[in-house]
Amino acid sequence: MSVLIETSGMSVGYTGQPALRDVDFTIASGEIVTVVGPNGSGKSTLVKTLMGLLKPTAGKVRRAEGLRIGYVPQRLHIDTTLPMTVARFLSLPDRRTPDETARMLRRVGAPGLEARQMTRLSGGQFQRVLLARALLARPGLLILDEPTQGLDQPGVADFYRLIEEVRRELGCAVLLVSHDLHVVMRASDRVICLNGHVCCEGTPESVVSAPEYRALFGGEAQGALALYAHHHDHSHERDGAETEHAH
Amino acid sequence: MLDDFLVRAGLAGAGLALAAGPLGCFVVWRRMAYFGDATAHAAILGVALALMLDVSLVAGTLAVALAMALVVAGLVGRGHAIDATLGVLSHSALAIGLVAISFVPAVRVDLSSYLFGDILAVGRGDLAVIWAGSVLVLGLLLWRWSALLTATLNEELAFSAGIRAERERLVLTVALAIVVALAIKVVGALLIAAMLIIPAAAARSFASTPESMAVIATMLGLVSVGVGLEASLVVDTPAGPSIVASAAAVYAVSVIGGVVWRRD
Repeated sequence: MSVLIETSGMSVGYTGQPALRDVDFTIASGEIVTVVGPNGSGKSTLVKTLMGLLKPTAGKVRRAEGLRIGYVPQRLHIDTTLPMTVARFLSLPDRRTPDETARMLRRVGAPGLEARQMTRLSGGQFQRVLLARALLARPGLLILDEPTQGLDQPGVADFYRLIEEVRRELGCAVLLVSHDLHVVMRASDRVICLNGHVCCEGTPESVVSAPEYRALFGGEAQGALALYAHHHDHSHERDGAETEHAH
Repeated sequence: MLDDFLVRAGLAGAGLALAAGPLGCFVVWRRMAYFGDATAHAAILGVALALMLDVSLVAGTLAVALAMALVVAGLVGRGHAIDATLGVLSHSALAIGLVAISFVPAVRVDLSSYLFGDILAVGRGDLAVIWAGSVLVLGLLLWRWSALLTATLNEELAFSAGIRAERERLVLTVALAIVVALAIKVVGALLIAAMLIIPAAAARSFASTPESMAVIATMLGLVSVGVGLEASLVVDTPAGPSIVASAAAVYAVSVIGGVVWRRD
């Protein structure tokens, strides 16, 4: 496996109050890496710096030569004044043949949407179209920044299953930024728990049982997270459930 | 054929509409209407400077409009809460321009022709400049089209495809300054933004892709020029405002038409 992106001692943001400090991160070809962390933990900053959109204030970022990144943004607001069919959107910025777009739409489970306006899609369809666009670029690395916001529970599960399948077929690496864990955890090779710095890192199982992870997600407002995590950890299931009910 | 002032006027309007259609779409999509106004108002200052320094009007307006556009684009790029600042810049440029023009000997200045255009007085030279500028803007937009569109949609998405949003913003800024410099003779500084926004807004109802919107906006702009000129001839009204008034009428029809069109 070759390393696609590697950072060493990377800090981003103002020196006094860096959004991220001292991050050592690698992702290799074919890997699924999930980054979890509460709001404001620097997840999006990490993604932007890995992509090259932000410059690190300290440390290094190395990207493999000619690495193609497929990016699925957290949110994509399309102004109502901008008419945009799904087919046209999939051809931005590079033209795709109708055949290619049709095949990719079928692949992501959104067949026949070509002529629909982007603004008329449901949340689930919209996310699938975003994914299709990213995949059409034949990326070596697929970056998804909280791609399941606004999807219901079965929708989230379906979406992650789809990403796994696609990864198997295309062989691309996947970097997933998330705060819902239950499905992700099973799919990922590695989980990185982020809170301004890397709190803990490892296999999904090892991260769930790490004290740093518990401290971050345990009894806090992120009750739902604790609940999902505790599917793997019977003794805490009740705590999680109580936290959830407290909302 | 070019000896007929009306033919020259029609061609000047058409030249403007050709560039203003697609550019106006970007102005609408990016919500840059205020930006167009500020740049256009700055053109009056450009007129004053050109008259004082005895350089060509197009050069003067282009230089000042470009300077204003770059300042505004810089402020927007830095994420300033731009609304009030733009109001200050836009109206200050207009006021200072009007004050500056008052220093120019009155014989040489017909102020209203700069504020509302003087399309019926377009000469062969003006026509050449308008078409050269229009073709230049159109070429610029076509060349960058896909990148411009992607950057308009989402800057991060564009970045991941190797497109730099700042560079595309600069392309639009330069295009806008050029169109302002061309349009001052046709519709005047006060109504330039109208020629950008109204046809594009009218086209929205009928378009399903960005490209079709740009084409329809251009056609509606051409129709407005034709109808406006005709009306100004028949009813003896000022040509520039008549063109914009026709565009407004086209817009009104399109809104109603759009409702009918969309009933699916």
